Amino acid sequence: MLVSLKWLKDYIDIAMKPETLAERLTMSGLEVDSIKEISPPFNGVVVAKIISLKPHPNADKLSLCVVTDGSKKYSIVCGAKNIKPGDIVPLARVGATIPGGYTIKSTALRGEPSEGMLCSEAELEIGDDASGILHLPDGVKLGTPLEKALDLLDTVFDISITPNRPDCLSVIGVAREVAALTGKKIKMPKIKLKETSENIKSLTAVKILDPDLCPRYTARMIKNIKIGPSPIWIKTRLEAAGMRAINNVVDITNFVMLEMGQPLHAFDFRFLEKECIIVRKSKKNEEFVSLDGKSRKLPQDTLLICDGVKPVAIGGIMGGLNSEVKNDTQTILLESASFNPVSIRRSARNLAMSTDAAFRFERGIDPEGVIRALNRAAQLIAEFSGGNICKDYIDEYPRKIRSAKNIKLRLERIRKITGTEIKAAEVIKILRSLGMAVIMTSEGKFTVNPPTFRLDLTREIDLIEEIVRIYGYDKVPATFPDISVTELSVNRHLDLENNIRKVMNGLAFNEVINYSFISPLSLDNLLLSADDERRNLVRIKNPLTEEQSVMRPMMLIGLLDTLKKNINNGCTNLKIFELGRSFIQRQEGKLPVENNMLAALLSGNKGEDLWHFKANVDFYDLKGCLENLFFDLKLKNIKFSSSISEPFLHPGKSCTVFYDNNKLGYLGEVHPFVLKKENLKNTAYVFEINIDILAKNFGERIYYQDFSKFPAIVRDVAFVVSRDIEVDYMLDIVSSLKEYFLENVVIFDIYEGKGIPYNTKSVGLRFFYRAFDRTLTDAEANNVHEKIVRNIVALTKAKIRGEDNQ
Amino acid sequence: MMEELQQLEKNALAELQTATTEEHLLAIRTKYLGRKGLLTLHLRKIAQVQEDKRAFFGKRCNEVKELIVFKIEEALKHQSEREKETVFLKEKIDVTLPGRAVKYGRIHPVIQISHEICSIFSTFGFSVVEGPEVELDYYNFEALNIPKDHPARDMQDTFYIEENIVLRTHTSPVQVRVMEKVRPPVRILSPGKVYRRDSDISHTPMFHQIEGLMVDKGITFGDLKGILTAFLKRVFGPDTLIRFRPSFFPFTEPSAEVDIRCVICKGRGCRVCSQSGWLEILGSGMVDPAVFKFVDYDSKKYTGFAFGLGLERIAMLKYGISDIRLFFENDFRFLRQF
Repeated sequence: MLVSLKWLKDYIDIAMKPETLAERLTMSGLEVDSIKEISPPFNGVVVAKIISLKPHPNADKLSLCVVTDGSKKYSIVCGAKNIKPGDIVPLARVGATIPGGYTIKSTALRGEPSEGMLCSEAELEIGDDASGILHLPDGVKLGTPLEKALDLLDTVFDISITPNRPDCLSVIGVAREVAALTGKKIKMPKIKLKETSENIKSLTAVKILDPDLCPRYTARMIKNIKIGPSPIWIKTRLEAAGMRAINNVVDITNFVMLEMGQPLHAFDFRFLEKECIIVRKSKKNEEFVSLDGKSRKLPQDTLLICDGVKPVAIGGIMGGLNSEVKNDTQTILLESASFNPVSIRRSARNLAMSTDAAFRFERGIDPEGVIRALNRAAQLIAEFSGGNICKDYIDEYPRKIRSAKNIKLRLERIRKITGTEIKAAEVIKILRSLGMAVIMTSEGKFTVNPPTFRLDLTREIDLIEEIVRIYGYDKVPATFPDISVTELSVNRHLDLENNIRKVMNGLAFNEVINYSFISPLSLDNLLLSADDERRNLVRIKNPLTEEQSVMRPMMLIGLLDTLKKNINNGCTNLKIFELGRSFIQRQEGKLPVENNMLAALLSGNKGEDLWHFKANVDFYDLKGCLENLFFDLKLKNIKFSSSISEPFLHPGKSCTVFYDNNKLGYLGEVHPFVLKKENLKNTAYVFEINIDILAKNFGERIYYQDFSKFPAIVRDVAFVVSRDIEVDYMLDIVSSLKEYFLENVVIFDIYEGKGIPYNTKSVGLRFFYRAFDRTLTDAEANNVHEKIVRNIVALTKAKIRGEDNQ
Repeated sequence: MMEELQQLEKNALAELQTATTEEHLLAIRTKYLGRKGLLTLHLRKIAQVQEDKRAFFGKRCNEVKELIVFKIEEALKHQSEREKETVFLKEKIDVTLPGRAVKYGRIHPVIQISHEICSIFSTFGFSVVEGPEVELDYYNFEALNIPKDHPARDMQDTFYIEENIVLRTHTSPVQVRVMEKVRPPVRILSPGKVYRRDSDISHTPMFHQIEGLMVDKGITFGDLKGILTAFLKRVFGPDTLIRFRPSFFPFTEPSAEVDIRCVICKGRGCRVCSQSGWLEILGSGMVDPAVFKFVDYDSKKYTGFAFGLGLERIAMLKYGISDIRLFFENDFRFLRQF
């Protein structure tokens, strides 16, 4: 909220500097976001006196004036008629700037020199009067800058008002806070009404059909008003608060709202059919044109202010075009009411009409401030529009709004919450400074009654907050809690993630974080079938964009996106991983499944230094990473199986990853079709695994295995097998034989091409034979070796390379 | 004879001094020690020496010979090492070329900050817990004392999945979930992704938060100040100025916004702190009794404090990043800097 310091000073004496005041307010809970100096839109205009005046020899409508600013005389050619010698007027000297971007220059008008310009209110944009030169009061020192002479300088604070403090959504509300901080008394505006003998109750009536939504409706009538511009002081105050001046009646309703926090509305009484007000809920499909000229279909149960026939305002939100105050309005009905905050909030949201009035009503206004604001506005309207206030006012008050009464407060509780001793006298002083009635019932015990405008104070804890915020947070000493030692609980999932980060970093992978929401269309690009589980999307009802409208069911989309963006930035060698969640919708009303995932993508060159790494990454580079990861996490029983494949992976270069027969995810080359759909030219390898199962099992216990001190016998064999035979199968044959002397078998060569038959490959295996307790003999090794080779040959129909001719 | 021998020795040593190549050294060896070498020939003159002096002469001759031999051997050895050295130098490589080890990967800066904060709070005995990102309205709002249609809901613009299911707007719902299951004392920290319907240079619709909760007998606002002051000094340095000022959160009372002296301008006022000299770092407060009521904690017996902070904001201040969106663009030129 924008609060003018000058306006604030109407209600409370403030001696401190604006910066100090801002600091004090901020440190008591009214955060001042910014302080702005405002000055009128001119510069170099001073107070001057007209010394002499004579007609212009060459122009009937102009006159020649001589004016003084107290130190120098100036000849001015002027066209205004409302001046005479001795008048005190604003003079824009040569070099001054006036609104519209004009700079005053020394010039000649019809042959007579002019060394400046006398200004009207309108020319200086400090008022609307353009009829003549602005007259200033006598006694102002000549030469004084006009902004000083007219007190046009001001400081505006932009204050963030938290939702619990609707009472501060007014200048008087802020003044009350200043009073509590400084101990100064607040000066409320004096309200004196001159009423006519005609009683409002004989002219109109108010009927509330829905007292839950409108607990109180008050009204006054003012006749014989003349619509016109507001006085400067009202205009400048409204403008300082960020509001546009419209006309005296509307401006005054806004002025009083800003001053007291009570929204008001003025109806042109001649448009109220059957001369009455009926407050009711909207019916089905009711339509209404509000002041902003927009026609809206109203949701059912919107609170409406109606006359005897039709709606004339959306209660607490905006008036209607049909009863708007116009330039020829003579009689107004002034409304000051209290509305149900929840209902106003719902309606304002549904209608997308967040007006100043709705903002205040939905936070709660002082139920007892309704009449004061009504009278204040009536008085000002009568004063500045020449109207007559009808006798009495209407006050329909079917539901009493009760503020909390007799709140118990204990000194002991204050100490327990704050950890500091605040004396009883201090507590009483603070609470009273905030307008509360305090009675000490016994030693250290109080009964407190907050003022009606503090609807937020209902409990002891609310009072404690008030006390400590005024007492000063900075005065509460910082302490360490006196607590016992407890055991920290272990978070397996986060431990796992940190282990993964460590390994992935070591393997050159950089961590990325993508948005959890994606475009639903991105799943089509991945060629996911219609019945794929991952099509059960968690949809956002109110997304920012369609591109971010569903929660990701898998991580791949974000990684491909990262790849694309980096390629566009000229970075083609990518090693990235992401830890995050995927979301699968289960059923309506239930929370979706959230899986903790690890995904990685590899693309481009094997390393960043091209002179070292000329080759591009391939499937095995990424698989090796995953194997390394499982090794470090001490997870055994990992299987890579080619049998099941994902639609978005290359069918020949992909596999499913299992742990202990649980499917973890996939690994493989991104399908060329997918790359094409995503407009990517660079091949990429990806894996994505669910790490929830791993969190339970990682870090399996290590049992140390003693090893042999005797030499090994090594045998190499190259098997030529069909291309379809997977090496895993061959190794399974070997391990299934459970040969005691076979210590290890490794692959030393894979070859396809010249020298071996088409559609075959050569698999070179190196066998290590070793005994634990002695040096193995050749004969023993050969015996085992031949058996293993025989088995492989029998089951894979392999030929032994180099024995082709046998 | 003896003088000749001495002269011979002197000459030989002098010549050795000047020899710079292997050939030269070998020539000196031949010249003095060869079959017709000067020393060899001189030795043969032993017959001409008086008998009683022959033994001495022979001994001296041998000494000179041994000395020369030794000197030549030494020079030869030295010479061959020197020559090998020049061969090695020809094998010189460019040591300024980068090393071949794969470039170590980086942890995302936000996660680095998260780790730092979690480890600081673990020294105060806080355990780390997690909860769902898609959350029930009840946990995200209601149980945190934010009823439906309350203006406080405006403080966090919310993404809705269904009427009662939202993307969590803070990680505070985790606190409620923990308190439902565990009786005090509670000391937890919940890091994670949160979502708000907001997008500009200082807001992304997804960001990271850490929230903490401490509930026990006798926890006070002073303790809140103590713990958070210690924490902020660990993160931003021991000289960091810190202030606590009143604010409003529906789930805490009294509530405090915690500011640090602007790390950029040191309080003089700059763009980053919008001229205030202070930076808002975290929100905090004493847990509102209404929240305890939701989880059936006895607020007569227990008090506690809670706090929350945005990790991107901390990272931005720490590293001088001005656009929050960079954290989720995953540009390598960004990621590789941390």
